[in-house]
Amino acid sequence: MVETLTKSRFGIGTNAPRPDGTAKVSGEFSFSSDLWAENMLWGATLRSPHPHARIISIDTSAALGLSGVEAVITAKDVPGQLTYGLISADQPVFADSVVRYMGEPVAAVAADHPETCRRALDLIEVVYEALPVLSDPEGALDPTVAAIHPDGNLIRHQRIVSGDPDVTGDVVVEDTYVIGMQDQAFLGTESALALPDSDGAGVVMHVATQWLHEDQKQIAACLGLAPERVRLQLGGVGGAFGAREDISLQVHTALLALATRRPIKMQYGRHESFFGHVHRHPATVWMRHHADTSGVIQKIEARFLFDGGAYASTSSAVLINGVTHAQGPYKCDNAVVDGYAVRTNNPPCGAMRGFGVVQACFAHESQMDKIAQALHLDPVEVRLRNAMQQGDRLITGQVIESVAPVQRLIEETRQIPLPPEASPHPDPLSLPGGSGLASEARHVRRGIGWGVSIKNIMYSEGFDDYATARCTLKDGKASLKFATSEVGQGFVTIAQQIARTVLGVDDVDLEAIDTDIGSAGSTSASRQTWMSGGAVDGACRLVRERLFQIVGQQHNVDPLRLVIEEDEIVDPLGAFRVSVREATRDLVITEEFEHHHRPTEDLDENGQGNCHVAFAFVAHRAVVDVDPELGLVKVVQIATTQDVGRALNPLSVLGQIEGGIAQGLGLAVMEEIIVKDGRVLNPSFTDYLLPTTLDAPEVVARLVEEPDPQAPLGAKGVGEPPCISVTPAIVAAIRDAIGRDIPRCPVRPQDICL
Amino acid sequence: MPIYTPTSVREATEIFAENPEAMLLAGGTDFMVEVNFNHRKPSSVINLARVNELKSWHLDTQTSVIRIGATVPFSQFESSEFEQLSPALSHAARTVGSPQIRNTASIGGNLGTCSPAGDSLPVLFALDAQIEIASLQGTRSLSIHDFMLGPKRNALSVGEIVAAITIPVASGFQDYAKVGVRNAMVISIASACFALQDNQCRIALGSVGPTIIRCNEAEKFLQDYITQSSPPDLETIREFSRLAAVAAQPIDDHRSTATYRRHAIEVLARRLAMRSFSL
Ligand SMILES: Cc1cc2nc3c(=O)[nH]c(=O)nc-3n(C[C@H](O)[C@H](O)[C@H](O)COP(=O)(O)OP(=O)(O)OC[C@H]3O[C@@H](n4cnc5c(N)ncnc54)[C@H](O)[C@@H]3O)c2cc1C
Repeated sequence: MVETLTKSRFGIGTNAPRPDGTAKVSGEFSFSSDLWAENMLWGATLRSPHPHARIISIDTSAALGLSGVEAVITAKDVPGQLTYGLISADQPVFADSVVRYMGEPVAAVAADHPETCRRALDLIEVVYEALPVLSDPEGALDPTVAAIHPDGNLIRHQRIVSGDPDVTGDVVVEDTYVIGMQDQAFLGTESALALPDSDGAGVVMHVATQWLHEDQKQIAACLGLAPERVRLQLGGVGGAFGAREDISLQVHTALLALATRRPIKMQYGRHESFFGHVHRHPATVWMRHHADTSGVIQKIEARFLFDGGAYASTSSAVLINGVTHAQGPYKCDNAVVDGYAVRTNNPPCGAMRGFGVVQACFAHESQMDKIAQALHLDPVEVRLRNAMQQGDRLITGQVIESVAPVQRLIEETRQIPLPPEASPHPDPLSLPGGSGLASEARHVRRGIGWGVSIKNIMYSEGFDDYATARCTLKDGKASLKFATSEVGQGFVTIAQQIARTVLGVDDVDLEAIDTDIGSAGSTSASRQTWMSGGAVDGACRLVRERLFQIVGQQHNVDPLRLVIEEDEIVDPLGAFRVSVREATRDLVITEEFEHHHRPTEDLDENGQGNCHVAFAFVAHRAVVDVDPELGLVKVVQIATTQDVGRALNPLSVLGQIEGGIAQGLGLAVMEEIIVKDGRVLNPSFTDYLLPTTLDAPEVVARLVEEPDPQAPLGAKGVGEPPCISVTPAIVAAIRDAIGRDIPRCPVRPQDICL
Repeated sequence: MPIYTPTSVREATEIFAENPEAMLLAGGTDFMVEVNFNHRKPSSVINLARVNELKSWHLDTQTSVIRIGATVPFSQFESSEFEQLSPALSHAARTVGSPQIRNTASIGGNLGTCSPAGDSLPVLFALDAQIEIASLQGTRSLSIHDFMLGPKRNALSVGEIVAAITIPVASGFQDYAKVGVRNAMVISIASACFALQDNQCRIALGSVGPTIIRCNEAEKFLQDYITQSSPPDLETIREFSRLAAVAAQPIDDHRSTATYRRHAIEVLARRLAMRSFSL
């Protein structure tokens, strides 16, 4: 399937520079928050201060009376569908009769200045009657607890029964693991600019999103417009990590633009952003592993409880990812797994890098260490003995057709040299607690931990998340058109590299990323290199085929004999050779291609079915220094080997690895949205802590490049795996250092020392 | 909104007297955060950036007193010259925020905000710092113990400006340590300054009470051992740190728990005391 592609300058396999790189580092890149239009108004959102309340009345008259205010809108001003949602449309554009989470939008205003907006919001009078708050996800499973939403409190239940459920093992280990609520914490907060059409019956939107066409569909439905009357352009995106899969301010901005017939800009600050997007699901995972005396897994039992918060978002898909990855990258014939995603009055949760697998992985990796401990085995050994291989069957019955070099990943990671022993006179900043200067070398103990993971890539359960791309070749220059959201991951670079290699050109223009072409699917699920990369590759190949035909005809060479070498068209069997530039003079060739992955299936009631497209694997080894008395941690080194299929841009891959590790480290030791009785207690970067440079470890990364035959370019997605098993690896290293069990992440100081 | 930019303390106090509703702006690292969150709505601002006499510190070698102008940013305390004179304040300064913050955040601003988590404050409490306060009426001097009244409450009256802070040059061991859940740029969840000043044992705690807490019992207990020729034994130091932890009045909040904070104080007190006796 994968032919060897010739390398042109900055083609596939090179560290081609990002087309947006210079602008981004010099501050000239235009993010969506930089958007501006003549005669523009500002929009702002009024949010519920209550996690659960009935709305008795809303009085907007005083706000409307404020000078500078041009519109105030509420639920009754939504002309189309009143609700939206990625999988089920259960979330109101504006709360109508009830608010179900703290921060739920109730109204929006448009005014001449953000400050006027703020004053107007203060003038909207909403009378609430507080309702009992359902904050305990276990409570949501209790049938006697009143439903907080017409769709009920259970979002989805999925059971997996595989093999013989009655098998038992010689060794049985179990625990209940808790994973906290993580925020994506992208740096560019939500923002959009909406420009109404002059006839007032359509809108053009510039928005930072992960999936233009899905936004378009949902916005159009709520506006009651045909999708083609809602045209979307990608605003400069400052990170996403899943938080831009759901609609946030899109419909509000568009409604205000249509109501005022003026351009509207909306932008969240950091505080509002914490309430404006979904978070990673907090989860409670009980697992029991049965193993034989050599540590080989006999059976897995598990129960997952994902807190979806007030609205469904992608909870049902997150749940499926969790339960179907319960076994981790290990063989297992027998399993009984139950998973629930439930509704509460907590903040809505949805997509975040790792999507359900992060929670599963924290549990199964903690369990692997428990098996090792019970049998006095090395944690590496127990993983090697169970490592999955290509051709193995998952607990869903699906056969792993992807390349699955799990053993090799573990072995290669083990070979990465450990960091030097802790120095007796270290730089104080390198100790646990860093700049707090609380620890000394003598207080520190070192630990080592492991984490290995499997992650599905692309969408699952029968979803055809195809991608579209168009390629035009003219005068030795290619240009590419696609609707693929560039959120910082570097697809724009990869796309250029593909075109350079396939077509033998140096210059590849990128056309505007908007809805004037077919969907590219979402920039999530580690899927764009595979899917949009496949579409760009397909379109470029179609163009090349036509070019060869034309050139063959002109020069009387069999087009089938032609290939691209560097920047020339060559007949390797004859003497014919012409430069691409020469050959394309006065020619314009355009082709469009849709890439579809192979179809997948739904799971049946026993959780059986080929529900996933493909899988990627990674191994992490963490070395941490812990101050056991104060419970402070410094992650010293992360060694990792990742199954990437093929590194189209090795530097870009490394960027994903280092960034993902920082994010996984955050979940391991500090990042948590703290929610009490439905209220978020730390919606700011003062108290929601992200790793700083003093927290970031040395990263030593190796890549395993075994091209995946299913992947259009042999390349697997690399975005999510780096952040998944690094979290359990770090927590395992902490346990190793202190010789104590910790069943939760993030690990707080008191979990270590009290 | 008028923004006044005086060039002398005198001028600043005059402007302040005429505009009692005005708010003082130093490095802005608390001020601007509050403005952005709409917690502070200034109608006029007195910007202290051009008042040169507030921008530097001086050592009086005769009295061995360091006089620090209110707008001296924390980065200045990081110099080795300053570290030798006051290791505790230097190390406390190093724990503040990030390089960007330390380049602008001032010690006077730390006093203006007067948060129990303010990192310079335990040091000022341990060293019995004097706060020089200027107003149109003249200058008065107040002990730090009388200056800080509660969480984010101080003894400044309308029209008063913190002009300077005076602390003694270190005459013995002193150090500061802080616990936060991140290795940099973090609000303290417990901190302590320990000093042996003029052969007096001093320990002050941050983030574990409505104000900074001086641990009198613990200080008295250890004092008996300080003048002796041999250092206190481990048991004594343990008792000292236990007494320090008893003095703490921590609470549960989203940053930590009272139990952990008290525990951390015990550990910090013990470690600092051990460092002081080179144990
Ligand atoms: C990212 C970040 C990290 C931070 N990290 C820390 C930290 O680790 N430790 C810590 O202690 N603090 C920290 N802070 C808080 C802040 O930096 C400190 O409190 C700093 O000392 C404030 O000084 P400033 O010069 O910026 O004061 P400003 O913000 O200008 O003023 C603060 C207050 O003091 C008043 N004021 C200023 N000067 C005077 C004066 N001369 N007389 C009377 N009143 C005055 C102002 O009116 C205002 O009320 C952090 C802040 C940020 C934004």
